[in-house]
Amino acid sequence: MIECKNINKSFNGKQILKNVNAVFEKGKTNLIIGASGTGKSVLLKTLVGLVVPDTGSVLYNDRDFTHSDNEERQSIRREIGMLFQGGALFDSKTVEANVMFPLDMLSNMSKSEKADRVDFCLQRVGLSHAKKLMPSEISGGMAKRVGIARAIAMNSQYLFCDEPNSGLDPQTSILIDNLIQEITHEYDITTVVVTHDMNSMLEIGESIIFMFKGEKIWEGTKDNILNTEVKDLQDFIFASKLIRDMKS
Amino acid sequence: MILMGSLFIRREKFSVYWKLTIEECILIGVNSIFIVAIVSSFIGAVTCIQTAANLINPLIPIYVVASVTREMSILELAPTFTCVVLAGKVGSSIAGQIGTMKITEQVDALEVMGINSASYLILPKIIASLITIPMLVTIAAFLSILGGFIAGRLGDIISTRDYVYGIQSDFNQFNVTFALIKAFIFAFLISSISAFQGYYTKGGALEVGQSSTMAVVKSCIGVLVADLLLAQLLLN
Repeated sequence: MIECKNINKSFNGKQILKNVNAVFEKGKTNLIIGASGTGKSVLLKTLVGLVVPDTGSVLYNDRDFTHSDNEERQSIRREIGMLFQGGALFDSKTVEANVMFPLDMLSNMSKSEKADRVDFCLQRVGLSHAKKLMPSEISGGMAKRVGIARAIAMNSQYLFCDEPNSGLDPQTSILIDNLIQEITHEYDITTVVVTHDMNSMLEIGESIIFMFKGEKIWEGTKDNILNTEVKDLQDFIFASKLIRDMKS
Repeated sequence: MILMGSLFIRREKFSVYWKLTIEECILIGVNSIFIVAIVSSFIGAVTCIQTAANLINPLIPIYVVASVTREMSILELAPTFTCVVLAGKVGSSIAGQIGTMKITEQVDALEVMGINSASYLILPKIIASLITIPMLVTIAAFLSILGGFIAGRLGDIISTRDYVYGIQSDFNQFNVTFALIKAFIFAFLISSISAFQGYYTKGGALEVGQSSTMAVVKSCIGVLVADLLLAQLLLN
């Protein structure tokens, strides 16, 4: 479980996150939704330690990540896997080497154990055939799947995904969403997904928080989000005429 | 300075750095041999020709052309000129590579994994530069002197005997030490300035290009200022 308490963050005098409190539960796909510029990605980066909050704390199973020493932070970081918006694959390494990278750097596994683990992760995301390809030779959807494989290579306890569906066609988006949810349930991990994709919200939003102007103003699930009475959330969800027509 | 300090905390395993450093030695050193060879040979040749053209006083023996070519090659052309060329080739490559990694979140990916991205990306490049650039400067010095010889013979400016005598006469060993000191300092400046520019790139492709350009400009200025200071400190 991940908990963030009283998170505040400003950049150049402009407050981006305002007193955000949230709990992200284990074994669930926890979504952070909101329009562009509402602080979703900054919140995600605060959770993984790429951004240090001005005030507040992020706790991983009651371990204070924000205020820990380097050694403790390192230890927590090794339990984290992250899928970046663009995949963030290392350009100079093959798909196989990308997935092997955290194992090479952070584990004491033997060469054969690492190779087996890489094969397993790539098979799990359906990319065993792409082992020897370079990132420039694979599609966006494949890159995201390799990113997921790399994120789970170290048996991560926490998986973070920053807009995993951006730039993907609807079919591939669904594939990625399903993969993220399957892995979450299969390994009983805490998954946090930042998205503004409506389909993802309604398909895999087991726990959802809505960000508006840097504040969390709603939390719930995919089952009750369409019936919300929070006006800003209604404006966000029903911005599309298609969704409004579906509701009526 | 803060960036340089951060290179040595939370370091990874030695074997990781060893492999990376070897790869960087090939990229920085081996891949630069051709350009260094071409530049230094031609510069040595031009130095010989121009020196001979300016030695119009018949009382000055012809072997002085070789001595001047040697001195200029060792003191200035090999270390400084070579490093200005390498600032362009190596500096832009380092800044471009790290800058691209920065804007595509590859650096963030390293940090999230718990890896010190600055140390992982920059330290091997600095170590590889400190190893290979002095070697390139040494090769440049030899090729510059050789280039002068070939130009002298082809242009019938100086005989082989006079050239060999000239490059041996009044040879000051300290000049070689001075050249190598300059090479080490220039190597550090080129790699660290370029890495800094790349590591703090923000934005997109345009900013990566700007970082690359600034890396070259700042590296060249750094090399030239250091050249002046070292000459003042060590030769005066």
